[in-house]
Amino acid sequence: MLGWELPPNNSGGLGIACYQLCKALAKKGADIDFVLPYTAEHPGIDFMRINAAHPQDVQTVLKAGIAYDSFKYVKDTGEVQNVDIIGQSMIYEEAVGRIVAMGSFDIIHAHDWLTCRAALRAKMMSGKPLIVHLHSIESDRAGKEFGGNPMVREIEALALMVADKVITVSQHTKNAVMREYGIPEEKIEVVHNHFDASSLEPSSGDNIYVYLQRMKELGYRVVVNVGRLTIQKGLPNLLHAFREVVKRQPNTFLLLVGDGEQKFELIDLAAQLGIADKVFFAGFQRGKAYRDAYTVADLFVMPSISEPFGLVALESIGYGTPILVSRQSGVSEMIQNCLKVDFWDTQEMANQIAAVVKNDALRDELHKNSHREYISHSWDKSADKLWDVYFRHTEGAVT
Amino acid sequence: MNKAIVLYLHVHQPFRVRHYTIFDAGVDHRYFTAPYEDRTSNERIMHKVAEKSYLPTNRRLLQLLNSHPEFKLSLSITGTAIEQMEMWSPESLQSFKDLCATGRVEIVAETYHHSLAFFYSRSEFEAQVKMHERKIQEVFGQTPKVFRNTELAYNNDLAYWADKAGYKGILAEGWDAVLGWRKPNFVYEPTYTKNIRLLMKNYKLSDDIAFRFGDQNWSEWPLTADKFAHWLNESGDATNFNLFMDYETFGEHQWDESGIFSFLEHLPRHWLQGEGNSFMTVSEVIDTYAPVDRVDMPNTVTWADTERDLSAWLGNGMQSSAIHALYALEQTILNTNDLKLIDDWRKLQTSDHFYYMCTKYFNDGDIHAYFSPYANPYDAFIAFMNSYHDMRFRLSEKGIAV
Repeated sequence: MLGWELPPNNSGGLGIACYQLCKALAKKGADIDFVLPYTAEHPGIDFMRINAAHPQDVQTVLKAGIAYDSFKYVKDTGEVQNVDIIGQSMIYEEAVGRIVAMGSFDIIHAHDWLTCRAALRAKMMSGKPLIVHLHSIESDRAGKEFGGNPMVREIEALALMVADKVITVSQHTKNAVMREYGIPEEKIEVVHNHFDASSLEPSSGDNIYVYLQRMKELGYRVVVNVGRLTIQKGLPNLLHAFREVVKRQPNTFLLLVGDGEQKFELIDLAAQLGIADKVFFAGFQRGKAYRDAYTVADLFVMPSISEPFGLVALESIGYGTPILVSRQSGVSEMIQNCLKVDFWDTQEMANQIAAVVKNDALRDELHKNSHREYISHSWDKSADKLWDVYFRHTEGAVT
Repeated sequence: MNKAIVLYLHVHQPFRVRHYTIFDAGVDHRYFTAPYEDRTSNERIMHKVAEKSYLPTNRRLLQLLNSHPEFKLSLSITGTAIEQMEMWSPESLQSFKDLCATGRVEIVAETYHHSLAFFYSRSEFEAQVKMHERKIQEVFGQTPKVFRNTELAYNNDLAYWADKAGYKGILAEGWDAVLGWRKPNFVYEPTYTKNIRLLMKNYKLSDDIAFRFGDQNWSEWPLTADKFAHWLNESGDATNFNLFMDYETFGEHQWDESGIFSFLEHLPRHWLQGEGNSFMTVSEVIDTYAPVDRVDMPNTVTWADTERDLSAWLGNGMQSSAIHALYALEQTILNTNDLKLIDDWRKLQTSDHFYYMCTKYFNDGDIHAYFSPYANPYDAFIAFMNSYHDMRFRLSEKGIAV
C-alpha cells in the first residue's frame, strides 16, 4: 500500500481514510505493508506494517507542501538540494523501487497522485496488478474543470491509464475521472469513504469556544466550516451567502476553522461585505479546539466547488451537528438527510442556512435523521468491495 | 530677519493587542499583556525604546537646555505612553519631568489615548482631551495651551472646535495642496475662527531629519548640523521653521549609528551662531508673530504617507469595520460605569491598532510593516476583533443586551 500520510501526521482526510481503510481490510485478513515518505511513530496502529520509504522526518515533507498541494515550491533550507512536492514524489519513487526489489507482495494499492510515480515503477518491476485509489484529482484541487498543474495532470493520466483498476471515493469523482482523463466507466469502481463512529474522539468538558457558547445562550446561532482556506472549498460563496443570512438573522455567527492561502482574501471579503464582526477565523486546530468547533455549531456548511468526498461533514454529524453540503461533493451521494445546494447558488445557500438558524426544530430533526444514516454506514462495507477487487485481480483473475 | 526653530517632538506608545484568539474571548480579558518575548509585548517594547531613545535623547536634551539658555522645545506625550512609563520605565518619565523643570519645554494638548475619536464621537473626544490635560497637570505641572490631534489629522471643524475650547494654537501638516504658493514658515490663522493660530509642519525639513537622515542613498547624506543650519539661514523669508516629528526619530527610527544624536547635540550651537536666530516653543511663536494669512482646510489632512489623508488608518474594509464596531459600543460601555471595561475600550481606540491593519503597502514591506508588531495586517485585525467580542461578552455578563 503506497500512501502519503497517516494520522497523527495527516493534513486532512486522506490520511484518515487510508488509516480506516487499512484497518477494515486487515480485519478481513489483508497483510499490508504501508509505505510512507517519512519516518514517524504511529501509536495504535498494530494491524499493518508501516515503512518509511527513506529516512526523513515529517517536517521535511511538509515543507515541500501538504498532500493537497500540486504547485507549491519551497526551498529546503540547509540542504544543497531543493526539493519541491514533485521532487518529493520522485525521491519516494526511487525509495519504493528499492523496497520492491527486496520484498514480495500480490497487489499494489496506491493513494493519490503523489504516490503514482512510485506505483508505476512498482508495477513495471514486479508485474503485479496496480490499483490507483483517488481521494482527489487535480481539477478538484484547482477548483476548475480541466484545470490545475499540467505536470500533475500528466502523472494522473498516465497512472490511470496503466492501472488495472481505479477506485474513486465517490460517483462525483468517478464522473470527473471519466471527464478529465477519458478513462472507461467499467475500469472505475466507487468505494465510498466513511467515518468510523467508534473512532470519533468524544467531546468532553465545557466547550472551548466560550464566547460563542455564551452568545448562543443569548439567542445567537453558529454556522461552521472546517477545512483548508483554499479555492477548492468555495468559501467566498459561503461569505456572500452569509451576508444574506445576517441581513435577515443578524444574531448569526460564522466560524471558520482552518488555514490556507485564501485566508487574507477571505478576511478582506468579510470586511467588504460588512460582516467582519460576525465571522471568526480560528486558524488551523487539532484536538479539543477542533472537536468543539463542530459541537458549538448549529449547522455545518461545506460549500466546496468540488469535493471528492468530504469526511468533515460526516464527522460533523457524529458530533451532533447537521450538515449543508454542495451537490458537488461525494458525501452528498451518501447522506440523504442533509441540505444540499449547488456551490454557486448563494441565494439558495442563504435561504437554507437562514431556515436552520431560525428553526431549532428543523436543526434537530435534520441531525437526528442524518445520524441514523451515519451510524448505518461502515468501513467494513468499503473493505468488502475492495477485497472483491483484490480477489478479481489476483487469484480470481482470468489468466 | 529673526527666525526661530520650533522643534516639536511627539512621544507615543500604544497598548498593542496580544495574539488574542477566539479561544481567549470570554475567558481571559487581558488584551494587552503578551508574554515578554512576544513581538506584541508592550513592556518589552517600552524597555527597548527607553534604552534606545527616551533615555539617551533626554540626557542630551537636558544638556542642551543647561548649556544653551536659548534652547527650547515642545513635546506632546500621550496618556498611554505616560502610563507605560509609570509601569515599566519610571526613569524615562523622570527624565521628561527633568526637561519640563527647566521651564523651557512646553507640553502640547491631545487625546489621552491617541485616538481618532474626533471623527467618530465628539463627546468621547472631549473626554479624552480632558483626561490628557489632567494627566499632564498631574505629572508635569503645566496646562497645555496648544492642541494637536492624533496623526496631525486636521480640518476646519477641528480648528473651530479648538478655538471654542480656548486653545491659542493648533498644529497641522504643511501640505502643498493646502498651502499652494505659501510657505509653512509663518504663523497662520484657520478660517472661521476668532483667536486661534495655526502652525504648519515644514514637512520637507522635518522629514530630512525624521526619514532621510540615515539614508545613504540620499543625495544630501550625510546631513550635518552645520549644513542643516545653513539651509535654514539661506531659505529666504521666514519667521519660524516648524520641525515636527515623532520623538522616537532619535535613537529608534534613526539609530545611534546614523549619527542622529551627534546631529541633535550640535544643531543648537550652529543655529544660534546666526544673527537673530532662536528657538521658540509653540506658544511663544504664536505670541511673537501675527498671522500672515488665513488657511482653509475643509478636507482632513494628516501627516502620513503621500496621500496625507486618513487612508492609512481607515482606508480598507477591515479598518472601517473595526472602528465602527468599536464606536458602536460607546454608549453601552460608558453606561456600565465599569472603569476597567471603559479603560480597555479606550485603549482599543488608539489609532495604531488601525494602522497595523493597513494593507496599502503590505506588499512593499515598507514603513507600515516596520512599525507593526504583527506578521500581517490580517492577524492585527483578528486579534482586535476578538478583543471587541470579548468586550461584548463582558457586557453580556452584566445582563446587557449585545
